[in-house]
Amino acid sequence: MSAHLSYGRVNLNILREAARKELREFLDKCAGSKAIVWDEYLTGPFGLIAQYSLLKEHEVEKMFTLKGGRLPAADVKNIIFFVRPRLELMDIIAENVISEDKMHSPRDFHILFVPRRSMLCEQRLKEQGVLGSFINIDEYILDLIPYDGDLLSMESEGAFRECYLESDQTSLYHTAKGLMTLQALYGTIPQIFGKGECARHVANMMLRMKREFAGSQTQILPVFDSLLLLDRNIDLLTPLATQLTYEGLIDEVYGITNGYAKLPPEKFAAQKKQGEVGKDLPTEPKKMQLNSAEELYAEIRDKNFNAIGAALSKKAKIISAAFEERHNAKTVGEIKQFVSQLPHMQAARSSLANHTSIAELIKDITSEKNSLYSFSFHVQLTTLHSSFIYLFYLYLTRQVTSEAFFDNLTVEQEFMTGVDTDKVNTYIEDCIAQKDPLIKILRLVCMQSVCNNGLKQKILDYYKREILQTYGYEHMLTLNNLEKTGLLKPQTSTRNNYPTIRKTLKLWMEDANEQNPNDISYVYSGYAPLSIRLTQVLARPGWRSIEEVLKMLPGPHFEERQQLPAGLHKKRQQGENRTTLVFFLGGVTYAEVAALRFLSQMEDGGTEYIIATTKLINGTSWIKSLMDRPEAP
Amino acid sequence: MIRGKPDEDDYWNNSKFKAFTFDDEDDDFTRLKESKRAVNSIRSLVEEEDEEDDVEKVSWSGEPVGSISWSVKETESSIRSTGEVRDQSFPKIHTAPSLPKNSSGYSLSSLFKGKAKTGSFQSFSESFGDPSIRNYAPELRKPKSEYKDYVSDWTPEETVKRMQQGKVYSLEKFRSLQDKLLLLDEAVNAHDGNVITAVLIYLKKSLSKEILFRELITREIALRHYIHYLKEIGEQKLLVELFKSMDRTEDMALMQYRDHLNVRDENKRRDFLKNCLSFPFSPDDATHVQDHYTLLERQIIIEANDKQVESSGQADIFKKYPRKASILNMPIITTLYYSCFYHYGESDGTFSSPANIRKTFRISDKQFLLTCLGARAKLKAWFDVDALFTTKNWLGYTKKRSPIGFHRIVDILQKNNAPVQVLQDYVNLVEDVEQKISLAQKYKCHDVIINTYRDLKDRQQLIVYRGKVERSSSEYRKIEEILSNSQLRWKN
Repeated sequence: MSAHLSYGRVNLNILREAARKELREFLDKCAGSKAIVWDEYLTGPFGLIAQYSLLKEHEVEKMFTLKGGRLPAADVKNIIFFVRPRLELMDIIAENVISEDKMHSPRDFHILFVPRRSMLCEQRLKEQGVLGSFINIDEYILDLIPYDGDLLSMESEGAFRECYLESDQTSLYHTAKGLMTLQALYGTIPQIFGKGECARHVANMMLRMKREFAGSQTQILPVFDSLLLLDRNIDLLTPLATQLTYEGLIDEVYGITNGYAKLPPEKFAAQKKQGEVGKDLPTEPKKMQLNSAEELYAEIRDKNFNAIGAALSKKAKIISAAFEERHNAKTVGEIKQFVSQLPHMQAARSSLANHTSIAELIKDITSEKNSLYSFSFHVQLTTLHSSFIYLFYLYLTRQVTSEAFFDNLTVEQEFMTGVDTDKVNTYIEDCIAQKDPLIKILRLVCMQSVCNNGLKQKILDYYKREILQTYGYEHMLTLNNLEKTGLLKPQTSTRNNYPTIRKTLKLWMEDANEQNPNDISYVYSGYAPLSIRLTQVLARPGWRSIEEVLKMLPGPHFEERQQLPAGLHKKRQQGENRTTLVFFLGGVTYAEVAALRFLSQMEDGGTEYIIATTKLINGTSWIKSLMDRPEAP
Repeated sequence: MIRGKPDEDDYWNNSKFKAFTFDDEDDDFTRLKESKRAVNSIRSLVEEEDEEDDVEKVSWSGEPVGSISWSVKETESSIRSTGEVRDQSFPKIHTAPSLPKNSSGYSLSSLFKGKAKTGSFQSFSESFGDPSIRNYAPELRKPKSEYKDYVSDWTPEETVKRMQQGKVYSLEKFRSLQDKLLLLDEAVNAHDGNVITAVLIYLKKSLSKEILFRELITREIALRHYIHYLKEIGEQKLLVELFKSMDRTEDMALMQYRDHLNVRDENKRRDFLKNCLSFPFSPDDATHVQDHYTLLERQIIIEANDKQVESSGQADIFKKYPRKASILNMPIITTLYYSCFYHYGESDGTFSSPANIRKTFRISDKQFLLTCLGARAKLKAWFDVDALFTTKNWLGYTKKRSPIGFHRIVDILQKNNAPVQVLQDYVNLVEDVEQKISLAQKYKCHDVIINTYRDLKDRQQLIVYRGKVERSSSEYRKIEEILSNSQLRWKN
């Protein structure tokens, strides 16, 4: 399950093992049989480090979802709550515990807080009169979770909102702690670079924590040569653009959560055995794990979607040829060898089938001409139940999806190249008139604002009015949030510095080669993500060459050095690559990850990258996290 | 590629933008089919081995069998099926109440979501005393400060450290204002929301609010945490005072406005919004809140009235198109659509008339036209549609005008199944000739095409088009007639 974590430049399995060890130790503290009651949210992140089998080995016999009322019956000695430190969860736990007492069953209670204990939560349990019922109250520090062979995530959705909207920097504190853990396992990182306010804070905290541990240096040869901390708000543009890599598009269209995507079942139905089909066609979405443990996926995930068809067909030929080999197998030995390879071929075949289906699904949305299915359609429908409004809505949104996708992309590219960013955009106007999903509108308007270094007051007011009139006045709260984070803003100075940044950093490349890329701009079919350009320039020729641009981006840029104990200085071999950890504070997109992997693989790149982030995001999930939405009625 | 209008193709060919196309030379779609075929053919070969043991088992929902979330489902459902649960069945994981998800779980912001109890959090200095501090990684050694567990004169720095580690600590010894502020600054320095809030709670208890507010002005981060804390425990009054003293009245107004979302009853919600009108919003926001209030006020009146009219069966429109839902809390544009649907032609004086709504809410010409057009076209009221565009000049001639390109009008009409006779009038109004022809072809407005080619004196195109219509049709005859007209001077 986790082998793929150890194939990378840095063996992230060590981190996973440390996390598992911790978990086992806690479970063993609660002797005897146990049942775990899960804060549902945590099962996803935990799934990335442990399987049920691990829990079972430590006598976990039952698992439940946390829910009010009485706990289900289960003949176990211990009940353990795995929860985030949130007050409303404490209330539910208290309810569970109180109703349990009435039944006079002698079960022991424990709480494991993830990622950490909270005094306030414990206080709440005390108020509810149940604190004393717990034998163990502990914390499980789940800061950085190994997400893939070269990717770590804190899986912390609210981090951007908290840091940039609410000025709550708790997630930065956890970032710093996570980085300390990482250094404990992989050695002190000698160089720290950074850009942005939050990056500065994290670096400061790290240096401070290190001082506190002075004298107890880890005696580990450093694995990482440098750390680069980047604030999300130095590059607000990139997540707004539609990602055009295979993995990025899966995320844009279906969403990837904790490494899983939920896909519409239709295209996968045929894969079941003949007899099973027809009995009952699955209506539940097909859930699929996506990571580099799957050979084919690792190969194609970071390609531009336009190169996927070719890649899949090439793979199909190889697999077909492999199966054809059986005709050549004449001797018993040969047949035996063929059979021994079968499982692997089977897996490759089913993987190919799955990805062909996914590619077809995405293609339907991005380029089929007459599809009426709109992927963000149902979101709106849930709020519109009246039939006439529904009809009104249907007529307005009945848009050939692919055409919408294409038009949307065109506008994005215009903005990114600086065309007409100072005028009201008619496509946005049309989308509002058609009542397209609000998030789509917000993504575009924010993008225009970012690419114009703010919108003229008149234009901003116009968009705001149209949005409020069409989607409801309560969205002024969301618009306010977007303004506070700088995603949407009135132009303050007459000078728009985006063109300078674009030209200096070569953010737009005319001839992005999607099939055989020679530059990171392939991930957005022309646009090279700003964040990754900064990373690229830092490696070579260095930031000194772009001082002017760095000054235009918010927050300080800095470099720090951490002393290594004598004898731990790495002597790099001739031609050996450097290893850099890039940490995105506030989220990173799959397309940016793809761009960094591309840089790692460049022959003369000289640097390999490990990526860490608070959360993997896309424009939609990101804007959503900033919305002030009414509670569903 | 999407076969767009010809000019669009030109645009892509000439401009410096590269269109993102999915099926260029190598048609990807055929390739996908190819690989699918390959997959299918392979399957038939190896069907029997489908259940190989070496292949990781995956449940239909895709989780590897044995993953945590799969197992939660499994153990839960097994309990249910064996009937061990008596009075209440435990729900499957996906039907469980969805807990709030969008917070990181790290932050303080996420700590207060529950119902607050007043007078809580009094004694934080009490011990939460299990000092079983474990380091995540065994390699990490304890910092020196930890060995001073039993010394009680901890500095602010040590105190904060101990709080972070969940050890015994005491805040009571920070008595002077200066000490308290040092402690607060130290907590802020640690960026740990849990600790910052705990210190703030102590300060709230031990300082007068005037002094606390004054000190918070210069401490932005602490202030934000304090605001958040007060919000979550529902100390609205104190919060308003705080905002006032900080001169952050706009924030306060927005925050209070936000609460309207929690008011369900429409009359109460209206009153709530009315109350908001006096808040010190920024000028723009003030206008929006005013509009919001006015809108809901009207919706309540319209809803009551229409409900009554509908149930009394007086108006045909409601009989023919019964209302399926109420108009309450819908956006203004939806309300306007409703008004154009059910209240078209009412005098400007009524609250429910489109003209009145348009004026009151300053709806732009474009939006008004689009909404109105949508509603009237839905009802197939083509005469109304016509009237929307007709203007008279001072000589009394009528002319059709539109703030939106007529090609879009055509699209909208077509989507509402307008008959060809109606459509072609509007296709004719499209100024760009090529666009006109492509629209006419798309919607089979033969007359428009034929006349346009005739006016262009384009004999060749006309001949080509003749080949596309049926021989027995009137279009065919019409083309024949034009082609045989010797008066016309063809350009080709």
